[in-house]
Amino acid sequence: MKRLGPLDLYRHLPKTNCGECGEKTCMAFASQIIERTVKLTDCPYLKGSHLEALIKMTSPAVRQVVFGKKSPVKIGGEDVLYRHELTYFNETAIAIDVDDRMTDDELLERVAYVTNFSHERIGQELTLQAVAIKNVSQDPAVFAECVQKVAAKTDKALIVCSFLPESLEAALSVCDDNPLLYAATKDTWEQVGGLAMKYDCPVVAFADNNLSELKSVVHALQSMGLKDIAVDPGIHPENLSATVNEFVEIRRVSMNEDDTMNCPIIGIPAACTNPMEEVMSAALMIDRFADLLIFHTTDMYAVLPVITLRQNIYTDPRRPVSVDAGLRTFGTPTKESPLLATTNFALTYYTVASDIESSGLNAYLLVFDTEGLGVEASVAGGQLDAYKAKEAIEKTQVKDVVSHKKIIIPGMAARISGELEQISGWEVLVGPRDSSGIPEFLNKRWN
Amino acid sequence: MDIERLLKVLGDAEELELENVDILAEELELVMTSVPRPQLPVRVGYKDLSFEKPLEEFPGGVSVVRFGNTSQDGGTRSHSVFVGGEKTMPFYRFEAENPYNPVVAFDVFDMPIGLAKPVKIHYQEVMEDPAEWAKLCVDKYGADMVTIHLISTDPTIKDTPVSEAVKTVEEVLQAVKVPIIIGGSGNPDKDPEVLEKAAEAAEGERVMLNSASLNLDYKRVAKAAMDYGHVVLSWTQLDINDQKTLNRHLFGMGVQKEDMLIDPTTAALGYGLEYSFSIMERMRLAALKGDKDLQCPIASGTTNAWGAREAWMKESPVEGETWGDRMKRGPLWEAVSALSLALAGCDMFMMMCPTSVALFKEMISQLTGDPDMRPASTWLMGVGQ
Repeated sequence: MKRLGPLDLYRHLPKTNCGECGEKTCMAFASQIIERTVKLTDCPYLKGSHLEALIKMTSPAVRQVVFGKKSPVKIGGEDVLYRHELTYFNETAIAIDVDDRMTDDELLERVAYVTNFSHERIGQELTLQAVAIKNVSQDPAVFAECVQKVAAKTDKALIVCSFLPESLEAALSVCDDNPLLYAATKDTWEQVGGLAMKYDCPVVAFADNNLSELKSVVHALQSMGLKDIAVDPGIHPENLSATVNEFVEIRRVSMNEDDTMNCPIIGIPAACTNPMEEVMSAALMIDRFADLLIFHTTDMYAVLPVITLRQNIYTDPRRPVSVDAGLRTFGTPTKESPLLATTNFALTYYTVASDIESSGLNAYLLVFDTEGLGVEASVAGGQLDAYKAKEAIEKTQVKDVVSHKKIIIPGMAARISGELEQISGWEVLVGPRDSSGIPEFLNKRWN
Repeated sequence: MDIERLLKVLGDAEELELENVDILAEELELVMTSVPRPQLPVRVGYKDLSFEKPLEEFPGGVSVVRFGNTSQDGGTRSHSVFVGGEKTMPFYRFEAENPYNPVVAFDVFDMPIGLAKPVKIHYQEVMEDPAEWAKLCVDKYGADMVTIHLISTDPTIKDTPVSEAVKTVEEVLQAVKVPIIIGGSGNPDKDPEVLEKAAEAAEGERVMLNSASLNLDYKRVAKAAMDYGHVVLSWTQLDINDQKTLNRHLFGMGVQKEDMLIDPTTAALGYGLEYSFSIMERMRLAALKGDKDLQCPIASGTTNAWGAREAWMKESPVEGETWGDRMKRGPLWEAVSALSLALAGCDMFMMMCPTSVALFKEMISQLTGDPDMRPASTWLMGVGQ
């Protein structure tokens, strides 16, 4: 596995500890380069062969490929097989498929869906990245017309999909947004590779369930001078064992510094025949290293679990699990404003905070130190009990902040309410089990 | 001899031998360069290359745990269920075949509880009767195992006496013939006693006691498992070091790794699933690499997925936003959580919704079988949804 230590990089740094990069020493700078929290260009004195050597050393194990000019999509660029080894960097891009046999209404509706898709989740905006256009008609002219229509309606990046080089060429003649070309095969690599060279587009190599053939296609494209290559080992919705094994094999050779197969991986859940299976396949591929997915179903019940899983898996594991305990304010609370409470597990805290913020409430939120556990887990594990809650109330001197003596605890912590009331002397209201119910709860229970 | 001349002389030398030389230096930098491979010009063209499978060999492995005694072993179960025995990461079949597939234990509670509609519709007729509930899970939904959660014993819920809880366990053992798991209420003061008595009543059946944890007197729970021949679940809360500590305590008491599962807690999809995912992945990789503290099969309370608002809520609480059909969304939430953890290394899934279980099992059967394939290119020809 390609893992660098700071010493490997230090050799090529100026070793002057000038501090101009913002780090105290060159060694500290080297460590931060590995964590990808600073860039090589942050050091003003790096030049020439040392800079080149460093660029080579720090280039990711999986090549990063970018497609789309107006809304560039970065895929690949990963350095580790498993997220806990460092973090993943470029989250799996999701494209929605359309085809050149669709009616204009359906086509444009799906394109608008991708363009406008935005889902806010725990302080993050989740979006879709691209439109994949299929050449089902097998007719270059029909395909070009379809691509043109789509390109006129969206700034999202495009993937043009056909096994006919003539169709890809027709598409490129009407779209200059650097679409991703899908796909070059054993039979078409020369023509499709030629198009990729001519139009300066990234290209997908495809071979069906045959990694040796896939490697040969990638190598043939590389021999033409192409670098921006992604791979599709062929998706078999009826045999996902083949899919997941091929994904793992490809990603593992990337980590072993293979310089042919170190390509981003494309998965196509859209090949599934029903939406429930499509969601499961997409989940499998996100969990097992896919860099780009082509998805079909646009119902929210299907898209939501997929984008949520992606958000989870691509969360930086170096981010702390907990937030600081203590008293927070939301809006402009007065002495009469309600006092709510939650735990210091980061996810719990951000969920509650975003629910309070989005409803525009003026309130106080007492964050208990539960050692980074959520409400249910900390009540079960004893990290949150009446005594610890009482201690937090006293320590934050919240009695001087509010004029009432009422605290609203999470519904999941109902178990501690009686005892807390007894030992603290505060009136304890048991709030909703889910913080989305806070506004309604306050409406009904807070005068 | 000045340096330049020295270098010139050395320029012609192939080898340099220093004799009787002391090097006086505070800092010595040795630069070793490997001989660069000659850059052969790449000829444009297609060449048949062979993809070498990137195989890894792991020195360690996971124990095999057996649940349920049949009449042969002195129990009354119709069959035993096995988990564990992995030699590589889950479903990495290019490397090795792991011996057993993941198993699903359906959750049954000893009193009616609040359930989201997509789950409730399956159980509302049987929620008053745990034995009937368990039977339904096995007969209708194909449960590999059943967990009876004795939640009503919690003093803050119903404070059901231990004797009554034991009766419930006996009824469930009568009603179903699959191996069972016995769960407490989560009350640290009462659980040890509940699990001790339940273990005694189930002697000879080889159940799993759920659970021994750092929050309670785990020694009593582990001792009960050892005394009556059961498996014990070592449960911790999203902390791999706690898991190692507890496991070591349990091994120190004499618990064998063939008699233990480990559960680092399951956070729901969207609410920390990545913590559970990565802890399981780390635990499994550590076990394969030889960490003796973690070489047990892994269990998950996957039902926790229903704690996510996207799973249980009818619709988005945000005005003007839709989350789509809850009867599909909820089951997918649990099934996606299960699948993700299965990929990370989890062996046993405590689940609730039959639709989720069916989706999950279909994936497992694909990932462990060899179904026929049609050409992958059919997707592009418009065959599909």
